[in-house]
Order: sequence, then structure tokens, then C-alpha cells
Amino acid sequence: MNHPEVDEAKVDDYYLKIKKQAESAGYHLNPDVEFTKSLIKSIIINENRYGYGACPCRLSSGMREDDVDIICPCDYRDPDLQNYDACYCGLYVSGEILTGEKKLKAIPERRPSPEQREKIMINKKPESKDLPFPVWRCRVCGYLCAREEPPETCPICKVDKDRFERFI
Amino acid sequence: MPMDHVDGDNKGELVLYALSTCGWCKKTRLLLEDLKVEFSYIYVDLLEGEERNEIIEQVKKYNSNLSFPTLVIDNDKTIVGFNEEKIREALV
Ligand code: SF4
Repeated sequence: MNHPEVDEAKVDDYYLKIKKQAESAGYHLNPDVEFTKSLIKSIIINENRYGYGACPCRLSSGMREDDVDIICPCDYRDPDLQNYDACYCGLYVSGEILTGEKKLKAIPERRPSPEQREKIMINKKPESKDLPFPVWRCRVCGYLCAREEPPETCPICKVDKDRFERFI
Repeated sequence: MPMDHVDGDNKGELVLYALSTCGWCKKTRLLLEDLKVEFSYIYVDLLEGEERNEIIEQVKKYNSNLSFPTLVIDNDKTIVGFNEEKIREALV
């Protein structure tokens, strides 16, 4: 399908930006540049549509707070790279896929179903412990910090504040 | 229902629920086109309001995870994800 509303120069810029970011943090973009750029184009389309770069291979609700786990890079990227050598969309791949030792294939969906997600939300009240500061965890990269509030931007993987969860 | 239709050999009623932005959905659609089978498809992310809710409920009946692509054959058999082998097998 054609998406004439996103121009190619923007896709190229975005591609170079996240490629650099990925490589400096030890991640790899899919070496199939055409496939990768079409995913990036879709992320930009979603940014324009919803106001956040929702995962192109998942159905967005249009509400950021419901989709915060699937803003690219999603919460499921690292466990999927670990178990299946790629993220769900195939945008990020393992070193073995990069070198061609393994072949990229579609992987199962790890994100809980809409009903399961509702249950998780209800049960997700962290107990308050007797600590001088709460501990926050970045759900994308696992970075931990102890302070009143999470930082505006994760210093490690650069995602926004709302990607943090109360850890302890 | 706003389904798009692709002509080809009739191998049963094939309905592909997909997202317009998703790489695996695109590969699935292209595979079906390559196999020259008749099918209908719908981009769920482009729907709004009642229509969207209706189609979402339909997809959930076959795939409670509400993930894409979901290919439904004869209102009965479901293939979730771009599983080339399974799709080829189902359509011989
Ligand atoms: S599956 Fe891949 S492309 Fe989709 S949001 Fe996660 S990291 Fe991004």
C-alpha cells in the first residue's frame, strides 16, 4: 500500500538516526534495508496518526496510555531478541541474523491479549516499602534508578518518562 | 463490510485481517497473490467507530490475541502470523 503522505527523505533521516542509536547501544537493525525502511515509514505514519510511534505490526488504540508498551522500541523487543533473534516486526534483529547465520522469520505475539492487559493493569499496584526513594525501572532497557520520579528521558535507551514502572 | 477483494482460484473462502502498516501482513498478502487464490482482505487499523469494533470482535473470535495478520479459511481454520508453510499447505 502506498503512503504518499510520508516523504522518503524523512524516512531516510529516521533510519539513519535509529541505526546509529541501535548500533551504539549494541542492537542491530534488520539488514534488509527495504523491509526496514518500510517499517520505519509505518512508524512515522503512526506518529502522525496517533501522536506516538506505535508498533506498526500491532493494532493501536489511539490512546497513548493504553499503548505505552508498544511504542517503538516496545517493551517486548529485548525478550523477543533473546528468544527469537528478532523483535515482533523484524525491525531489530540479533547478531546471528545480521551475519546470516540465522534466518529471520515471523515470531509469536508476546504482548498479552486486551483482556489479559486489563487484568495486569488492575493488579499492578506496587507495595510501598520503607525506602528513602522509590526505585524506577525502564521497561524497555531495564535501567534502574532510585529517585522521587523517573527521568524525563531514559539516559540509556532514550525513551520517554512514561515508559518507566515502579520497581520497588 | 468494507473488504477488498482479490480474484483468483477459489480455494475456499479466505479472509485476511491485516494492518496497513505491518510488514508481515504485507508479506502474507503478497504470498496469497503469488499463489493466485481468491481472497478478501481488510485493514483493521484504517477502520473507525462501530465498524472497527465490529471487525475487532470478529477477529477475536478466531484469534483472542487480536494479532495480525489473521487469515481465516472457510470461517473455520485460522492461521495467525506470516506462516508461509502453513498457508501453502492449507491452500494446495
Ligand atoms: S516489535 Fe519491533 S518495530 Fe514493533 S515496536 Fe517492538 S521494537 Fe519496534
